[in-house]
Amino acid sequence: MGKRLGALALGILFMTGLSATEYIQISPARQAELRNLLAQDCGSCHGLRLRGGLGPPLRGAALAGKPASYLAATILFGRPGTAMPPWQPFLTEEEAVWLANLLLEQP
Amino acid sequence: MKFYPFLLSLLLPLQSFAERGTGDLGLFIERASGSVQLIETSGNTALGRIEGLGDLSHASVVFSRDERYAFVFGRDGGLSKVDLLEKRLVKRIQQGGNSIGGAISQDGRLVAVSNYAPGGVRIFDTETLDLVADIPATYGERGERSKVVGLVDAPGNRFVFSLWDAGEIWIADLKDPQHPKVQRFAQIGKNPYDALITPDGRYYIAGLFGEDGFALLDLWHPEAGVRRILPHYGKGDQRLPVYKMPHLEGWAVAGRRAFVPAMGHHAVLVIDMETWQEIGQIPVKGQPVFVMARPDGRQIWVNFAFPDNGYIQVFDTETLALVKELHPGPAVLHMEFEPKGEEVWVSVRDGNEVQVYDTASFTRRATLPAKKPSGIFLTARAHKIGL
Ligand code: HEC
Repeated sequence: MGKRLGALALGILFMTGLSATEYIQISPARQAELRNLLAQDCGSCHGLRLRGGLGPPLRGAALAGKPASYLAATILFGRPGTAMPPWQPFLTEEEAVWLANLLLEQP
Repeated sequence: MKFYPFLLSLLLPLQSFAERGTGDLGLFIERASGSVQLIETSGNTALGRIEGLGDLSHASVVFSRDERYAFVFGRDGGLSKVDLLEKRLVKRIQQGGNSIGGAISQDGRLVAVSNYAPGGVRIFDTETLDLVADIPATYGERGERSKVVGLVDAPGNRFVFSLWDAGEIWIADLKDPQHPKVQRFAQIGKNPYDALITPDGRYYIAGLFGEDGFALLDLWHPEAGVRRILPHYGKGDQRLPVYKMPHLEGWAVAGRRAFVPAMGHHAVLVIDMETWQEIGQIPVKGQPVFVMARPDGRQIWVNFAFPDNGYIQVFDTETLALVKELHPGPAVLHMEFEPKGEEVWVSVRDGNEVQVYDTASFTRRATLPAKKPSGIFLTARAHKIGL
């Protein structure tokens, strides 16, 4: 699973000139849902603008140096022993990688 | 002398906006647009929007004792004072980096804000919003600062709050506002996530995220320390992942029974407040976020965390039976009863609506358009301990 995520995230960087969020095929309607999920439901712990709350800030600068695959794994599986829950029941791997890249691309 | 009537007639038209009481007013938060809407509960209408309040995700509100002013605590550390009669922002300060909630003192002179970053509580003059006291939530040998949650006012001009990272409860006595006296209770349990004070102001109860149970402090007998109640609830059943922290605001009390959300379970716990034992569990649709009692104590209304957040369930407190399931729309965030309970206001975040229901017939009485509404706060809170 972790390997697939890594391959997915890296493949995007190597094979295309597109940014990761442009490359991953997610319908515009689903993208809008994911952005809403991020702002509202992730936002209930990470802040509506992702500047931090009970969970840490998730804007690009705060995540600098952390690979997308690692962040996507955190999103899918959560962090046991902390308040970060697993979102696997609601997100596909592609969607998690897309979200991780969206976070990294935010200033 | 002769000029007085003339001068008065000049002033009167200007002041006429203020000629109404505020007892039927309230605010709801529009979390994405940094605004609040002013509402009135006699005709169930919106009276206007006040803008420029910053990041209002997880915002909350307390009211001045004359019910004229609202203090709005924003996630971005902003503290705003809003005049309900003039419908305007009176003052806004940036008091911290990342805040979570607030409280107003028994005497109405102090407004306290709890902060995640930098972790601690700051206390301001309600008149001027000038800083009166700063209480950093430092703990441990290296003097780290903890996020602060569950801040409430308590009798004796005290504030009580919990330290998420440190696992502590602190009482700050503000009888002499310049020199707050802080009493600390350590090792109360891992990661308190929110807390409440019983309506009589006697018991402070913090919910624990990192362990089972609740931490209970009897404010009549702080010397007795903090004890754990309901240490075993949910044992045996696997705790589910928690997608939204439950809120303990406004402990739902009916007679000697209290109703609280079970963290990580599809259940509401029923507690006997004389023995502090669990006397039952009500199975519910999802993980409860708010469990609110209608003011007469006859019903409890429950909303849920993602992904069951489109629903509300209503239970009879005598029989514990489900009496109604409502589906107000996507992402029901909050419910606020009118002071005598005949109607309840419900915010439907992703439906961009605030709805008003009759609590006897469950029919919808009004629907107000709103931008991502979250918390709803009516002025009657001004005279309740802990709200
Ligand atoms: C119930 C609270 C909560 C919710 C809801 C939540 N998170 Fe988290 N999240 C946390 C906490 C707490 C941490 C820090 C965990 C730790 O201590 O390692 C975290 C950590 C993370 C991290 C790792 C950050 C880093 O610097 O390593 C990412 C990425 C993340 N969350 C993304 C999300 C996304 C995306 C969502 C929504 C789909 C979400 N979170 C929803 C509480 C939450």
